[in-house]
Amino acid sequence: MIANIGLLALALALPIALLQTGASFWGARRHRDALMQVGRNAALIQAALLTVAFACLVTAFLRSDFSLALVAMHSHSTKPFLYKFAASWGNHEGSLALWVLVLALAGGALAIRGESLAPRLRAHALGVQGMLGALFTCFLLFASNPFERLTPPAPDGLGLNPVLQDPALAIHPPFLYLGYVGLSLPFSLAVAALLEGRISSDWARWLRLATLASWSALTIGIALGSWWAYRELGWGGFWFWDPVENASLMPWLVAIALLHCAAIVEKRGALRQWSVLLAILAFSLAMLGTFLVRSGVLVSVHSFATDPTRGIFILAILACVSGGALLLFAARAARLRDDSLFAPVSREGAVLINNLLLCCGCATILVGTLYPLALETLSGAKVSVGAPFFNLTFAPLMLPLFLLLPLGPVLAWKRGSLLGALQRLQFAAFVGLAAVVGILVYRGVAPLWAPLAFGLGVWMLVGVCCEVFERLRARESRPGASFWGMSLAHAGMGVLLLGIVSHSAWSIERIESLRPGDSLDIAGFNITFENLSRALGDNFLAEQALLRVRSGNGDVFDLTAERRVYPIRATSTSESAVNYALAGDLYVVLGDNWTAEAEARVFRFYWNPLVSLIWLGAALMAIGGGCCLADRRYRASRREAKRGWEIRQRNFSADEIQ
Amino acid sequence: MKRLLIPFAAAVFAFANASMALQPDERLDDPVLEARARALAAEMRCLVCQNQSIDDSSAPFARDVRLLLRSRLEAGDTDEEVRAFLVDRYGEFILLKPTTKGANLILWLSPLLALAFASVVVWWYYRRWRARD
Repeated sequence: MIANIGLLALALALPIALLQTGASFWGARRHRDALMQVGRNAALIQAALLTVAFACLVTAFLRSDFSLALVAMHSHSTKPFLYKFAASWGNHEGSLALWVLVLALAGGALAIRGESLAPRLRAHALGVQGMLGALFTCFLLFASNPFERLTPPAPDGLGLNPVLQDPALAIHPPFLYLGYVGLSLPFSLAVAALLEGRISSDWARWLRLATLASWSALTIGIALGSWWAYRELGWGGFWFWDPVENASLMPWLVAIALLHCAAIVEKRGALRQWSVLLAILAFSLAMLGTFLVRSGVLVSVHSFATDPTRGIFILAILACVSGGALLLFAARAARLRDDSLFAPVSREGAVLINNLLLCCGCATILVGTLYPLALETLSGAKVSVGAPFFNLTFAPLMLPLFLLLPLGPVLAWKRGSLLGALQRLQFAAFVGLAAVVGILVYRGVAPLWAPLAFGLGVWMLVGVCCEVFERLRARESRPGASFWGMSLAHAGMGVLLLGIVSHSAWSIERIESLRPGDSLDIAGFNITFENLSRALGDNFLAEQALLRVRSGNGDVFDLTAERRVYPIRATSTSESAVNYALAGDLYVVLGDNWTAEAEARVFRFYWNPLVSLIWLGAALMAIGGGCCLADRRYRASRREAKRGWEIRQRNFSADEIQ
Repeated sequence: MKRLLIPFAAAVFAFANASMALQPDERLDDPVLEARARALAAEMRCLVCQNQSIDDSSAPFARDVRLLLRSRLEAGDTDEEVRAFLVDRYGEFILLKPTTKGANLILWLSPLLALAFASVVVWWYYRRWRARD
């Protein structure tokens, strides 16, 4: 019953999306307010219908309705509540249903809160959004229907892959998709601007707002995924340059470029064409990511070729949407003229360099991710492009970006002075250099890049502090929320770099076989393996090793490292025991018995100094993005702009009468 | 129920025993050689896993290659010789860091090409702006 309602709502969403597109475009073309109103209402109805459809899907999972093929494949009656809930998007069909839902919600947000936009511009954007909605709803209905029936119903489900049963991973996809699909709004706005042939500052404000919101969500999504990998995969890494990770990193990088560029468009009326192109690219990369992850092409070109329906469908949507938008860009971009020019050394110039480096970084990842596929298709040769490649190519591109990051905000608009900027940051430069020297003395020269990169992180962090301090001391004006947001996000980037450097360069690993009673020392901790026990969980059996840790300053605490076996899927996972601290994480993984003695186990011990800074940095960035959203400009603009529009409309009609 | 499950768990754990990443017994006694082995292992793909190096992987295949790689190092091979040996045996697919030969040159040069292309475009546009002004 629930499933039927869901399917009905999903099926209804398709004609409504088409109505939204048709009414919006036609209304905008003919200047018909009533039609544009129909388009807006259709957007709201579409959002409501897809919410209902998705709610039905979630309900089916919560009730363990095994008459649905999807629930039987990916859920199980003994699974904890949270994971039943999360299972609804932990699979292909469900995750695409979430994709379409977020797409419709983005359109709904534009329909409700887009008063500040010129009505025709908004109608055009809603038309594009409706078109995207129609395409992806088609895909959902015809190529990956989440409400597919199973006859006869299964007695019980197959369960969710136990490695995925983790709170961080349960909420990781919604955030990721908010970010991915949120980027459809900048895309629709960009296409609308091309159709209109002009750009207003209201447009730029919306572009920035939508990009900031999506980017913040994407940051949280990626960070959650990375945090999950760190804890769950059991060897303490946080980023593996897996194609799936790359697929989310690419739109993230372009979204950073876009949100900086949108600020320039909003405040200076420059870089308009470029911002439109970036908005198109950002969403195209998000769709490409969906294609890469969802088509199975990454596992093997051949696995894609054996069941190409889904992949071809997404690829066709990608080609139409991105190709169409790029063609439109080629034809109409020349109309979008810039208001102001700027010297190379200026805040605009700094943003341009930021965009250049981020786009090159993104291009590198794109080439590295697609190269094996392309080569295999063209020549049949199989190569791998893994972490060593990305570390060697992507990291050097980011270093100049980090070096220039503190300079950007202290440069003046239009024409700045590099010397003046450096003078204002000399304290930060001094502290950064001191950090390099300090680490060289304290840690030695190997590896040489580590002290330099760490110093760079310190330079960014102190540089941002200098700016904040100077701004507060000047008292010319109280800094707004968006200044705080920017500073937080920039500081977050510095913190992230510190965490990454320290984890990659100075982690310590010990792999030892211990018997109960044995102990060993790592990074100033003395760890004793106390005993081994067994336990029974909701849907798993566990073997637990109790470890007593004595730290250098006399603290004593216990850690329990665990291995679990999930009988339903006949898989085992290892639950690492981690003592989280700002100075570093002590990370223990329980392994196997490798000797004749029954109680002996292999343990992997890691000391990961400052590793929590990675997620702290990401959190600061996301909070910074949120802060920018709270700026008065965005809150006030809605009411004022509406009034402004009414006045302009009135004047316009008054002119007509006269 | 509990009683029934615990021997079952023991069986599954025993089964899982054969499969874990680098084990203490695999390590070489010479720390310099072992460090080289770790670095090499991190560059080799576990062919039966998804994007994992043999150093990280718990698959039996990865263990075999780890042991093989160490035996070559002990026999006095250089890093380059070990790589060549493994490529000969398993194909270039095993290298997580692709070679710089042939078409792979495009891959390695892509960041520089992207940077050069983008810089030229920016410079060209900038000149046009200036000219228009």
